[in-house]
Amino acid sequence: PSQCDLLCSQNYPLYIRSVPTENELKFHYTVHTSLDVVDEKISAMGKALVDQRELYLGLLYPTEDYKVYGYVTNSKVKFVMVVDSSNTALRDNEIRSMFRKLHNSYTDIMCNPFYNPGDRIHSRAFDTMVNSMMMQVC
Amino acid sequence: MEGVTLSEAEQRYYCDLFSYCDTESTKKVASNGRVLELFRAAQLPNDVVMQIMELCGATRLGYFGRSQFYIALKLVAVAQSGLPLRVESLNTVKDLPLPRFVVSKNEQESRHTALYSSDAENPASYSGVIPPPPPGRIQGKKGSVSHDAVQQRTSTDQQESTSPIVSPQQSPPTSPHTWRKHNRHPSGGNNERPLAGPGPFWAPFSEVQPGSSTSSDPIWSGHSPPPHQENWVSFADTPPTSALLAMHPASVQDQTTVRTVASATTANEIRRQSSSYDDPWKITDEQRQYYVNQFKTIQPDLNGFIPGSAAKEFFTKSKLPILELSHIWELSDFDKDGALTLDEFCAAFHLVVARKNGYDLPEKLPESLMPKLIDLEDSTVGEQTGEVGYSGSPAEAPPSKSPSMPSLNQTWPELNQSSEDTAIVHPVPIRMTPSKIHMQEMELKRTGSDHANPTSPLLVKPSDLPEENKMGSSVKFTSGNTVTDGYSSSDSYTSDPEQIGNAVTRQRSHSGTSPDNTAPPPPPPRPHASHSRSSSLDMNRSFSVTPGQQQAGVVAYPPAVPPRPQPSQGAGPHVHRSVDADGLIAHTSTSPQQIPEQPNFADFSQFEAFAVSGVNKEEEDEIETHPEVLQVEKPSDSASSLRVAKADGRVEDKAPANVPSSAGKGTTPLAPPPKPIRRRLKSEDELRPEAEEHTQKTGVIAAVLASQPSIPRSVGKDKKAIQASIRRNKETNTVLARLNSELQQQLKDVLEERISLEVQLEQLRPFSHL
Repeated sequence: PSQCDLLCSQNYPLYIRSVPTENELKFHYTVHTSLDVVDEKISAMGKALVDQRELYLGLLYPTEDYKVYGYVTNSKVKFVMVVDSSNTALRDNEIRSMFRKLHNSYTDIMCNPFYNPGDRIHSRAFDTMVNSMMMQVC
Repeated sequence: MEGVTLSEAEQRYYCDLFSYCDTESTKKVASNGRVLELFRAAQLPNDVVMQIMELCGATRLGYFGRSQFYIALKLVAVAQSGLPLRVESLNTVKDLPLPRFVVSKNEQESRHTALYSSDAENPASYSGVIPPPPPGRIQGKKGSVSHDAVQQRTSTDQQESTSPIVSPQQSPPTSPHTWRKHNRHPSGGNNERPLAGPGPFWAPFSEVQPGSSTSSDPIWSGHSPPPHQENWVSFADTPPTSALLAMHPASVQDQTTVRTVASATTANEIRRQSSSYDDPWKITDEQRQYYVNQFKTIQPDLNGFIPGSAAKEFFTKSKLPILELSHIWELSDFDKDGALTLDEFCAAFHLVVARKNGYDLPEKLPESLMPKLIDLEDSTVGEQTGEVGYSGSPAEAPPSKSPSMPSLNQTWPELNQSSEDTAIVHPVPIRMTPSKIHMQEMELKRTGSDHANPTSPLLVKPSDLPEENKMGSSVKFTSGNTVTDGYSSSDSYTSDPEQIGNAVTRQRSHSGTSPDNTAPPPPPPRPHASHSRSSSLDMNRSFSVTPGQQQAGVVAYPPAVPPRPQPSQGAGPHVHRSVDADGLIAHTSTSPQQIPEQPNFADFSQFEAFAVSGVNKEEEDEIETHPEVLQVEKPSDSASSLRVAKADGRVEDKAPANVPSSAGKGTTPLAPPPKPIRRRLKSEDELRPEAEEHTQKTGVIAAVLASQPSIPRSVGKDKKAIQASIRRNKETNTVLARLNSELQQQLKDVLEERISLEVQLEQLRPFSHL
């Protein structure tokens, strides 16, 4: 069980995908609470320099059931990933690569002139990518 | 998951289908795209498919595990048999025929039918059943599928009116349910449009009909995938459905009205019947011409781009929902640059037209619509492969972003993979060559530098070479006046400047480094080996400079000029002379030694000093020899004397034993071909620090030596001066002896490392050509 969230700068979600689909509410709640941690990390960065490493926020906080990972883009679009703690096989590198893929797909979406930033994301390609990614996680 | 009992044939069949759907070879999950394709091919009503999916549990899980897949297949068979879908029906229904799936007729059919033809249980079921062809194929081969369908359905032409309604319903499942559903309805409505003769554009679609509906499905949006039912819905059982499918495209075609073009309906119909097995998404010439004209209205230059905003305006005029337009853009903007080239624009336009005519948008860009990149068409092996590539790619999440639209191009996934591969292969250490460069640089530097800074090139080199080099470079630097420089440089690289500091007055503690920094022409990664190589170069040069006196040993060097200080190995000892501390780095040190020595040639006094300080055992010998060689007169004497002194205070027998002639022997332990060592050193960072230390030490020694009054270079020096220098050298010798012991210790350690590295090298050797 895991969830992948994409939130915009105003912290409302642009895209949410959970696998499986039950207990979504719990995931939503988790993501929302983790936003605080994300904001804290963003403000801590402070300076203008934004490089790849800083985009990846790492493990935001672990609970007994799941771990939450964060990633923020230069435009303050946040990616939050909640994964099951039982999935110990997931390494940091894998999480990073997943975020990178998410970021790449998100950029693809932004290139679409028909997409207005701030809209919910309905891209099929994005869905596909996220699905495949989450399959690997679960 | 409810238990499912499968007969043997069922088991086999389902297993096959599962592996077919298991595009990602997970062995656990059937790719949703494939599963969708399969269910499409089952020709079941959409709601039945949904029901099946829910029943098998895929909806709950979100994916198709093997058990879900099997259950779904069974349910498909049940549904195809006309039985109500119930969980209990899974096990209670006996003698279910195998689920039937409409398959594109090509080789897949023949293949699969051959596979299953042997199954006596359901011979009939196999006749028309073919495991769904690769999703890609379906997309590409819409025509092919339709062919079969068409052939079978010629009689069902009259069902056209009804089929369009049915087919769109079946196709919806494929597209993301979210907005697909929206499309469903419009498409249904479209289908009912009177056959107005859409115009030439849709001719190809007629053939494709079944394919088109299937093509739109491939991607599973995470919605409960149509359960992969084992219902062996016999094709014969549902001819109407297939007919519907077949007819749908045709009807759609007829019904589609080109948005802007008054169609030649007759032409359409003719095309429809004449086109056979064509890619439904192929753009006809007329269509293409029309698209090109439209492109020109926006962008006169056919090789130019249409910016996203202009394209947005243009396509918004088509009054398609933004969501669909967004999807069309995703499909057609192949390179993801936010602009449309002519090909991309034509593809987008074609998709828009198709959509307006009721065709569901494919999940992946059909092959025929892909931008005609250079090798695209060549690389795609027919539509099937292209399609396969497409279907497989979405799940791959291509590593690289830019041309990474996996679904769009068969080659892209390859590219991505290749990039991945290259990335994987990339990290191979590259240090092999630098030596040559290093040496050349050294030579250049040397020529350019005066005596005072014979080591400057050496210094520079270290800058190029990473730590490893530092060792050698620092050693080299020690030669000549710039010994301190060498030390300093070595200091900068190495971590134990203390020794150096103790032993040597760092006159230019960082002068050495500065030259390095100022003149770092070669790329940083300089392996130790470079030292050796460079030293060989140095040697060559120095030898050439000096009168060939005892160049016996040195002679070996000149040939070593070429990148590998191989010869330097033999001549290594000579070279090492100046390098001193490179004992361990021996082979690498050989080169550095050589290099430094070259400068040394110019500066005989330095040679002497080095000779005295010869840290490395081999170096000692070599250095001694060098001094001999280089120094014509007193230098040689002093050198020899120094050497002797050194030998006494030094480590060991190496010195005496390793008199120049035996250059190689002292280094024997270290002498394993410098290449391997070099390589080893290059690849082994551990050595670098050691080397650095050694270089430091050598640098220290060199510095010590350098600190001593420079031995007059000129040949005919005064004896007194020589003796004075000898005294000084002896003092230095004691210091150096101390250093030597320390270095010896290090040497032993390094030797051990070397042995282990060599072992590793040998182990890796078979893979060296990867």
